[in-house]
Amino acid sequence: MNKSLEPIVKVLQDAFGAALEEFREEAHLFLDPGQIVGALTMLREEHHFELLSAMTASDYWPQSSPRFHVIYQLTSLTHNLSLQLRVPVDGSNPKLPTASGVYKAAAWRERELLDMFGIEFEGHPDPRRILMPEDTEGHPLRKDFPLGYEEPQFSFNFDEIDLRKPYAKE
Amino acid sequence: MGIEQKLGNMGVVTTTLESAVNWSRTNAMWPMLFGLACCAIEMMSAQASHYDMSRFGMELMRPSPRQSDLMIVAGRVSKKMGPVLRRLYDQMPEPKWVIAMGDCASCGGVFNNYAIYQGVDEVVPVDVFVAGCPPRPEALIHGVLTVHEKVRGEKIKDQAEKYK
Repeated sequence: MNKSLEPIVKVLQDAFGAALEEFREEAHLFLDPGQIVGALTMLREEHHFELLSAMTASDYWPQSSPRFHVIYQLTSLTHNLSLQLRVPVDGSNPKLPTASGVYKAAAWRERELLDMFGIEFEGHPDPRRILMPEDTEGHPLRKDFPLGYEEPQFSFNFDEIDLRKPYAKE
Repeated sequence: MGIEQKLGNMGVVTTTLESAVNWSRTNAMWPMLFGLACCAIEMMSAQASHYDMSRFGMELMRPSPRQSDLMIVAGRVSKKMGPVLRRLYDQMPEPKWVIAMGDCASCGGVFNNYAIYQGVDEVVPVDVFVAGCPPRPEALIHGVLTVHEKVRGEKIKDQAEKYK
């Protein structure tokens, strides 16, 4: 871990009881869903983490509790620091408070997570899908989402698949 | 020597209406300018001077579907692009033809996943499939000539039935 990151991590650990994990000299802090907005606000206001450079999620299916980690990657342009916050969420009805009030960039990231993982963000200004068409069923980046869309056609199963294929009308 | 001199000698040319119509359709078949992925690069080079598709009366890529006769689907069609593609197809005036250029447009290619149509024939009716990833310009030109062959064999009677 970067030397100048240590006091910031210490503050977060004291204020929120965040668990620290280090991976290849990067600091990962684990927080509860209720704490994330407070932690983000504090990091932005007091520790110059101006940029939410990435926000994503990770699916640990078939593990169900916690099934997802929502990951906030923060960057401090002033101090050239990088810090990762992780929020474990359960698989049944995954919900988090929105971070779009703290970082504007989070609004579209949260829409992406809603689209791809089905993680809901309470208080989000515009909770719609962002990548897939509105009528898509399911959430494609979940591990239990079927991988392939169609079986490859070979000579032995050609006719069977051909019957199922939704050909366009004139 | 040219057609003028021949015409001058013969005075008149007789042919069937069918072959005259089909001849005019094949020799001014304007494709729509609609590139979706890397196949579009090959489509461009087929248009450029080295391969020169204008030899077959296809020198004009039309940027508007209302002026075009042939749709070359050059690339993978995503689930979001599908409705757009269908709308463009519906805007083209009859008669119209479709070439699915490349593996992605023909059958999904390497993109066997949730985001891509597994063959553009789920969206629009396709006349000719061109294989390749991406097909070389020669392959595309061959595909276009295959469409021409198909058009030359069309009967006015069938067309009349179709648009009744």
